[in-house]
Amino acid sequence: MIGLVLRRLAEAVPTLFVIVAGSFFLMRLAPGGPFDLERPLPPAAMENLARVYGLDQPLPVQFGRYLAALARGDLGPSFSYRDLGVADLLARGLPVSLTLGALALLLALTLGIGLGGLAALRRGGPADRLVGLGAALALSLPSFVVAPLLQIAFGLSLRWLPVSGWEGGSPAHLVLPVLTLALPQVGAVARLTRASLAEALAAQPVRTMRSLGLPPGRVLRHALRGALLPVIALAGPLAAALLTGSVVVETIFGLPGIGRYFVEGALNRDYTLVMGTVVLVGAFVVLFNLAADLLALWADPRLRQAA
Amino acid sequence: MSARPLGRFLRDRGARAALAVLALVTLACLIGPHLTGHAPERAYPDLRQLPAGLAAEPSPERLRAALDRIAFRMRARVEAASVSDGTLRLALAADAPIDRRSLVYLPRSDLVGPPRVVAAEDGDRRLAVEAPVRRLHFLLGTDVHGRDLLTRSLVAGRVSLLIGLTATLAALAIGVAYGAVSGYAGGAVDALMMRAVDVLYALPFVFFVIVLVVVFRPGLGLVLFAIAAVEWLDMARIVRGQAQALARRDFVRAARALGLGARAILARHIVPNALGPIAVAATLIVPRVILTESFLSFLGLGVQEPATSWGVLVAEGARSIESAPHMLAAPAVFLVATLVALNTLGDRLADALDPRGGGRRG
Repeated sequence: MIGLVLRRLAEAVPTLFVIVAGSFFLMRLAPGGPFDLERPLPPAAMENLARVYGLDQPLPVQFGRYLAALARGDLGPSFSYRDLGVADLLARGLPVSLTLGALALLLALTLGIGLGGLAALRRGGPADRLVGLGAALALSLPSFVVAPLLQIAFGLSLRWLPVSGWEGGSPAHLVLPVLTLALPQVGAVARLTRASLAEALAAQPVRTMRSLGLPPGRVLRHALRGALLPVIALAGPLAAALLTGSVVVETIFGLPGIGRYFVEGALNRDYTLVMGTVVLVGAFVVLFNLAADLLALWADPRLRQAA
Repeated sequence: MSARPLGRFLRDRGARAALAVLALVTLACLIGPHLTGHAPERAYPDLRQLPAGLAAEPSPERLRAALDRIAFRMRARVEAASVSDGTLRLALAADAPIDRRSLVYLPRSDLVGPPRVVAAEDGDRRLAVEAPVRRLHFLLGTDVHGRDLLTRSLVAGRVSLLIGLTATLAALAIGVAYGAVSGYAGGAVDALMMRAVDVLYALPFVFFVIVLVVVFRPGLGLVLFAIAAVEWLDMARIVRGQAQALARRDFVRAARALGLGARAILARHIVPNALGPIAVAATLIVPRVILTESFLSFLGLGVQEPATSWGVLVAEGARSIESAPHMLAAPAVFLVATLVALNTLGDRLADALDPRGGGRRG
């Protein structure tokens, strides 16, 4: 078991390396630099800036330095926010994005499993059809359509909730962004739960248990254990999708999370900020996949046997 | 697809509805812009942010407002203006003689046709002018520049659908070739190839796409490339699984024993037999591509003006949602209808191909 965990961890290393190298060289290939302003700086000033930030060194040297700094947890200075390191910026944005992501994940899992389970139990009935339709719609509604609709409905017409802003993460400011972020994932989880629970309920062991007269609650618990394995496997990609989705949600709702820093950094060619974000998000995705793998391993005796 | 799954698929009401929606949207996007009577770039500065409706424009109030504006530019005042039988009768007055050449401002507004001076008094200080009033229809209203939203949504749909199809085809080509080779080869080659896919899979790809788009200038080609570069991974995994299973089947072993080369086996036996799952995966990639494109365009990183796509229009609509909610509604309805139809189509295709007889929908 421990050996397996270590192996998975070791497997994550090349992924992380590709992420770091990919983002580093992509940004350096870019035409235009971080100091290209509307009014060009004098060449001497450009040279000085380049020297201070180490941009005059050959690329491999720069990459080596970046890796060495990264190993120390130093993501370098931000090019566009003076006096602030990338690590500081991300440390500011991370709590926002994580709060958002965690709440959305929670909502997606509870609501998705609940609705999907209901649909599987009432298979073919109106509840099933309604959930199926709702899930298809949720999966097809882009967040940038949902968000303005929610804003206009709950913010401008009903005036129940603020339209945008963070205000230290007050619950009222969180409702709409979390809803927007979670909606497609609720659909995805509900569909998967329905399909896999319906299959489990029709499978031999469950039919046997039923024919032996076990109470429906116990039968369901048994079927759910097996049926939720694919949902656990989905948790990794789900977390990644939430991190990605938060880029749009943070932009629309004006939340100071890492997604917004990323978009701003990309538009300003703030190399270090963009790389820092990609590395951080990449690390999180790798971590979530790892966690989902381990969770699946813990929950599924078949996988443990194979390992 | 053999005859029975195809029949099952065509008998499915959901599948037929999805096909109908798709055909309708595609057809509308292809020929619609020629029928709306407006060029997509044609802006009517006097008819900005009109709501959707069947009424002919310009309405009397809007015409009057526009006439006041035009008269001001002609250094004249509107004394009286009336419309009857589609003809505008306009009385203009000014302190100095009105330059008749400035009457050209009237047709330039695109609201009325060529004007004709019917009477002049006071040495052209007072002019009576007649001009035919145009009857313009904006079924879905106009945008912030006064451009017809229906035409723009349809033209945008061309771009979105084109990106959806091309990027999917590219992903299809790469993914099928990669997956088939990997699955058929097996062993160390397979392990290495799939390990590479796993590594790429774990990347936060949308972030990379955004970096790509920022690094090189945003535009259609780059959006296409970036999306195709992401979407082939799923296809490769699916085809690889199929190829792996097929490679062990007797007819493939027989083909190999008969001396058929790997390339021929892949082309004649592996890929054709995996077409069902490939078709399902491809159908589901199209909406993802369209969604990714509109996501990028929404952030301002995708298709750039003057070209447009549903994502661009939705972004414009979201920006003016308080003053003109129809600007979001029009493109969003097209986008969502297309996405729902494509997703439904993929699901129903998968059901029809399911050998258990479409049992997933019991």
